[in-house]
Amino acid sequence: MASNNDPFEFREFEEDGNLLETNREATTIKIEDEDVKRQTKAPGFVHDAEDEYSAHSDDREELLSGQKKSAPFWTFEYYQKFFDIETHHVRERILGSLLPWPRKNFIQFYLRKNPDLYGPFWICTTLVFAVFISGNISNFMAGKYNPQFRKVTIAATMIFSYAWFVPLGLWGFLLWRNNKILNLVSYSFMEVVCVYGYSLSAYIPAVVLCIAPLEWLRWCIMVVAFGLSGSILVMTFWPALREDHPKVAMAMVSAIVLLDVVLAVVCKMYFFSRPGAPVAPPTSGLIKTNTSSS
Amino acid sequence: MAAEEEASRPFAGLSDVSISEDIPVEGDISVPVGPSRTEEEFSTLDEPVKETILRDLRAVGNKFIHVLYPRRSSALLRDWDLWGPLLLCVTLALLLQDGTADSDHEGGPQFAEVFVIVWFGSIIITLNSKLLGGTLSFFQSLCVLGYCILPLTVAMVVCRIVLFGASGTIGFVVRLVVVTASFGWSTFASTAFLSDSQPANRRALVVYPVFLFYFVIGWMVLTFSPSTERQP
Repeated sequence: MASNNDPFEFREFEEDGNLLETNREATTIKIEDEDVKRQTKAPGFVHDAEDEYSAHSDDREELLSGQKKSAPFWTFEYYQKFFDIETHHVRERILGSLLPWPRKNFIQFYLRKNPDLYGPFWICTTLVFAVFISGNISNFMAGKYNPQFRKVTIAATMIFSYAWFVPLGLWGFLLWRNNKILNLVSYSFMEVVCVYGYSLSAYIPAVVLCIAPLEWLRWCIMVVAFGLSGSILVMTFWPALREDHPKVAMAMVSAIVLLDVVLAVVCKMYFFSRPGAPVAPPTSGLIKTNTSSS
Repeated sequence: MAAEEEASRPFAGLSDVSISEDIPVEGDISVPVGPSRTEEEFSTLDEPVKETILRDLRAVGNKFIHVLYPRRSSALLRDWDLWGPLLLCVTLALLLQDGTADSDHEGGPQFAEVFVIVWFGSIIITLNSKLLGGTLSFFQSLCVLGYCILPLTVAMVVCRIVLFGASGTIGFVVRLVVVTASFGWSTFASTAFLSDSQPANRRALVVYPVFLFYFVIGWMVLTFSPSTERQP
């Protein structure tokens, strides 16, 4: 009951029912109970976190990861999740592809369920321009300066088809075999693209070093680059292929290696001509100004 | 009772106000219109054409100055336009032409190739920075990348002048120095505008494609050689 004798005495707050006794016409709102009810029903953080943290966090993570993947593929947000990396991630992945280690499967160790599209795309683009520019410089130093700009288009077509269509074929093949045999290891398409993209990073320094005008040195450099990138690919895909029939597994491994060899050889021969041999323009059949043989 | 009913209808007291016809309504409801800025923007139809064109040119020129002396200003970002990039791209592509009729099998890039590289490259870099979580809008980013080609266009003009005068090694060294300096200037200017909009842990991921873009354009500028000379 409210006592008006001592105004400075602390009074407990009374129930609203008591307050209404003095003034029946006043309108009062009961916020207190509703607030408490709202807190206990709060779906997440305070209540659940205190009581059942371990059980709920897994559900929440599953829900969140499910929500993360539910954007349809024609929206911008779908592709944004493939760019969810930071500078040091990219740096680690590039270093991991340049220095293959037998125990470290690239997908399982470096990607860790977070494949990105940044690395493959920009490594391919850099390789296209590196090959073109290095080829130009080596031609210039050999005396035949012929900056055929259409070589950029050809280089881009070659490298991007290798980095995107070969993973598509390989992934399709792995999917088909997974229906026939029980396989513990399965890779998603983005992970395969990622491995192929990062494996091309070994060719960038190799191509820049091929400016040196010594033929045997160029072939040595390309062999080393092919060794690095090929070993990354083989070590990544061997666990997915070894459960299979031995002949099929060997055939696939040799196909992967062969395509890599073809890329290396074609790059070398098309862009870095042998010193002394004339550079043939691709479309003209006439013998134009290439009679300069030094 | 009555007091409670009154309380539940807060606007009840107004219900007995009525407008009778015999109370005349007087007054002037027209708002005096004076010369205001908003009117000037809408009535550009009356101004001479020279005014209109000069206003846009002045805006473009103002942005050129911001590129040449990159400070932390938001002029490029706030009022973006694509006239400047178009002007620069066309100028660069025209200057990179050989001018001789039989050089379509070899030689430098065609007009369309330069155009495609500049615009397609800018679009891809913009998409890249937006996918990495950048806060600039699409056209603001295109505007910045396009305007920062200005140093390289200036370098192209200088290179052409140098090629008229000195050729050979000295000319090549001069051209190399000029192109390198302008490439560095372009990259520095564009990262001054772009890097603020990115989170700190991804800044290098955004700056590298810009570096590659200006490197390729710088390469095209450096390796330009008219077909009348060359062929050792």
